[in-house]
Amino acid sequence: MEDTIAAISTIVGESALNVIKVSGNDSIEIVNKIFSGKDLTKVKSHTIHYGFIMNKNEKIDEVLVSIFKAPKTYTREDVVEINCHGGVSVTNKILELLLTNGCRMAEPGEFIKRAYLNGRINLVEAEAVSDLISAKTEIARKIGIKGLTGESSKLIKELREDLISLIANIEVNIDYPEYEDAVEVTKDLIKEKINNMIFKLNEIISKSENQLLIKNGIKVSIVGKPNVGKSSILNKFLNEEKAIVTDIEGTTRDTVEGSIILNGVEINFIDTAGIRDTNNIVEKIGVEKSLKAIEDADLVLFVLDGTRKISKEDLEIFDKVKNKKVIIIVNKSDEAQIIDLSKFNKYEIIFTSTKIEEGLDELKNKIVEMFNLGNLELNDYTYLSNSRQISILKDSLNLANNVLNKNETEVDLIEIDIKLLWEKLGEILGETYKDDLLDEIFSKFCLGK
Amino acid sequence: MKYDVIVVGGGHAGCEAAHACAILGNKTLLITGNINNIGDMPCNPSIGGSAKGIVVREIDALGGIMGEVADATHIQIKFLNSKKGPGVRSLRCQSNKKLYSEEMVKLLKNTNNLILKECLVKSLIIDKNEVKGVITEENENIFSKRVILTTGTYLNSDIMRGHNKYKSGPHGEKTSLYLSKNLKELGLKIIRLKTGTPPRIDGNTIDYSVIKEEKGDNKLITFSNFNKPSYKVKNQISCYLTYTNIETHKIILDNLDKCALYSGMIKGVGPRYCPSIEDKIVKFRDKDRHQIFLEPNELSTNEIYVGGFSTTMPEELQEKLIHTMKGLENAKITKYGYAIEYDAIDPTELNMSLESKKIKGLYTAGQINGTSGYEEAAAQGLIAGINASLSLKEIEPLILKRNEAYIGVLIDDLINKGITEPYRLLTSRAEFRLLLRHDNADIRLTEIGRKVGLINDIKYKIFNKKQKEIENLMNYIKETNFKCSKDNNEFLLKNKSVKLDNSIKIYELIKRPEIKLSKVLKYLNVKFNKESIEQVEINIKYKGYIDKTNKEVEKMLNLEDKKIPNDIDYEKVKNIATEAKQKLSLVRPLTIGQASRISGVNPADISMLLIYLKKEYPNE
Repeated sequence: MEDTIAAISTIVGESALNVIKVSGNDSIEIVNKIFSGKDLTKVKSHTIHYGFIMNKNEKIDEVLVSIFKAPKTYTREDVVEINCHGGVSVTNKILELLLTNGCRMAEPGEFIKRAYLNGRINLVEAEAVSDLISAKTEIARKIGIKGLTGESSKLIKELREDLISLIANIEVNIDYPEYEDAVEVTKDLIKEKINNMIFKLNEIISKSENQLLIKNGIKVSIVGKPNVGKSSILNKFLNEEKAIVTDIEGTTRDTVEGSIILNGVEINFIDTAGIRDTNNIVEKIGVEKSLKAIEDADLVLFVLDGTRKISKEDLEIFDKVKNKKVIIIVNKSDEAQIIDLSKFNKYEIIFTSTKIEEGLDELKNKIVEMFNLGNLELNDYTYLSNSRQISILKDSLNLANNVLNKNETEVDLIEIDIKLLWEKLGEILGETYKDDLLDEIFSKFCLGK
Repeated sequence: MKYDVIVVGGGHAGCEAAHACAILGNKTLLITGNINNIGDMPCNPSIGGSAKGIVVREIDALGGIMGEVADATHIQIKFLNSKKGPGVRSLRCQSNKKLYSEEMVKLLKNTNNLILKECLVKSLIIDKNEVKGVITEENENIFSKRVILTTGTYLNSDIMRGHNKYKSGPHGEKTSLYLSKNLKELGLKIIRLKTGTPPRIDGNTIDYSVIKEEKGDNKLITFSNFNKPSYKVKNQISCYLTYTNIETHKIILDNLDKCALYSGMIKGVGPRYCPSIEDKIVKFRDKDRHQIFLEPNELSTNEIYVGGFSTTMPEELQEKLIHTMKGLENAKITKYGYAIEYDAIDPTELNMSLESKKIKGLYTAGQINGTSGYEEAAAQGLIAGINASLSLKEIEPLILKRNEAYIGVLIDDLINKGITEPYRLLTSRAEFRLLLRHDNADIRLTEIGRKVGLINDIKYKIFNKKQKEIENLMNYIKETNFKCSKDNNEFLLKNKSVKLDNSIKIYELIKRPEIKLSKVLKYLNVKFNKESIEQVEINIKYKGYIDKTNKEVEKMLNLEDKKIPNDIDYEKVKNIATEAKQKLSLVRPLTIGQASRISGVNPADISMLLIYLKKEYPNE
């Protein structure tokens, strides 16, 4: 990676200013080639210079150029930032000039990858920067910042310290079998420590999953047969909360009907219209899509009509959602009720009416309660918040359970699994070497910072 | 007179090196300052211990001599961790150290091709970065094709006690004043290390009636695979255990300024795992007592080694301190404790073969490489001897991998991680220790020793016989049914197991943790020897863990297969940390696996290195 990379690091649009970032050995020299003003190769580090970007004799834009010389830079390489005037064509033209003068287009996440590889930030911090870039709400941004300062790594480090002290104790027992000063680690002692660790892991996992929700928003799908009032409930939500509307860029996301912010968390309503048995091919595709939406949902609102009896169709739909986190909404509570709800007595039930505006606040409160959103402001935002980290935590939990479930009585053998657990937790911090780890993480980063 | 190999130093490394070279047909000269001191134990009179005991087994399996001599001369032997898993069991003996030394001299004197000479070496004869021999302090030039330095703690050594410091080797032996200066001039990086030893006391002045006796095991065991036990269980001599107390600690704390350790006199780095009593008390102030092990040191004079009481206090205070301890109130000190500082070579200066990177034909082994311990020294001596011999025949050096032997772990650690204190082997240094067991050392390494040429026909026959028996037993239990009969089920119930519904192979039955193979065989009235039963049982009962470890080994070997070209210029590898660049340039690892174990080289550096290799050496 001796080459110099460049990328536009602001969102290109009609904003007032755009920033193009260049990093690598030749960054100053390359920018100097297309810059009219001071000789940038002779200026001091961490200085800003006024001038023009030139295409041969043609002035492209009036710019400010910041020069940062290695090693005290974001990537620990020479970095140049060009502040140009907004506008897609001008910004693209400057990038193009950089590329024709010796830069390579940065791959997604490459700046941060270099920062990590050059030892400026650790893995958790690197991931947090990516969180920060894509943060959509204030709380998500706070989580990003906490991650950036290494707060979430602290939690894992603490667990690893506990483990390493247990491992060390076992090792002392082995290497100095006659020494009385070290406690003899027994299976019972291990059990106690590992149980404690499992408790902590579970706590971190559940809180982290919560934070994952906060970061990515909570996906809510509203299901029910036609005409039970799904859309009116949705519309009520969206209107009341002055919804940020739907045109979220990218094609990878679900079709979002609309979003609201609840206690600082983005709640995204996903479209699930039309679940029913059908032979119509077009409709079938729609049904499959809906089923997928249910599968992906963090919460399902299952809507029933209180003025009607429960039908076979209702039960079929319920069958598809009953294993999810679900709230049953009995709509039309302002009219005479004939519904029999005894089948659902194990579930959360809320009565609503969009006409007399009953039950909507209760529903919101229920969502807040279910996802523990009420405590968010009190949280210290130190939990792990991406799925790679959480999946490693879950693997760790399995390993910890493995330790407990062994019939082995020999402590030094149980220790093999404890060591695996220790190494597994290290993967979160990037402290255990793994070939594919870097690729996986850095492919998730968006362009620039 | 020209030799093939000159070995300088007659300690545990030197003995193995000289013996191996001579057996492999090289005209060998062993130079030592004092022939009577060959194979001496200047610190505790004991061989083996956790991890180290396994090293002795490995040395034996490769054709070295430490195991045999230890078997012939011990006065007590113990199997450590026998109640723990098979991966951590290890032998340790108390030696009759005078006898050990005498046996060793006898063995070396009876070795063909080997000549012993008493003198000190002043410098090396070097021609174009290749060693050609040595010059003695009497200015005699002795020529050879290879030189192995095993000078122990004798290089430019200082003895320190109280505020006294003087040039001397251990226990008043002559120090080697000039050689380390010569090595420095030749461009080798010299580091300064420290170690210490406790006082010895007159056993006749100890009150044994008030302290705890520590006996040897009451069954016959040997280090060597090729030996039969030559001792009587009953005739073993006991060690004893006493403790320091508040009074001991108070005297030490009150007089810290009087000991060499805390008076700023000592510059060398001492080992953390072997602290002096001053260190123990200063660093662990909340402990109100420390264990002190009393081990027989000289049988003829009834001298006792005071294990755990290494000290640099002045003589009169050592007396006072000893007298505070139970049973030692009237003990008479025969030799005072001291610290010794000595020069060593930075082991990252060496190749994995233990040959110097800078000077061709020069090998170093033992404490000169920054290790401590007789076993670590002997292991390196053996490998250096083997590799010097192989290089004379232009054969590739013997490099044991981390999954093959503790010896492999030892040398790999030294060369890749370097040292910051005297290096001691610990089981925790071996990530694959479940494979590196006491019981299978011979299975792991005897074939290698045979190929090298150190395992003679007699030993090889013994080895093959055992192998055959293990195979027979394995076949037997895999082929033979344990029938579902009333008697058999009764046997199972009696052993706290559950009844059978169908007949199963004995092999399957042994998978039950509660069922011992030895008991089944005895019940069935079938005879196999103890070692085979142990071997087969371990392989069945611990199969899950062994498989898991083997998977980890595979991961390591994959990285080990990625070779790094010799001509790589680390200055050209961009984006790796400066520290990593320096370390890689210094160590010049042969494989990515080795590179990843160098301290200061991070996973990120390895990634960049891999990318660089892919780009610059696409065909490798």
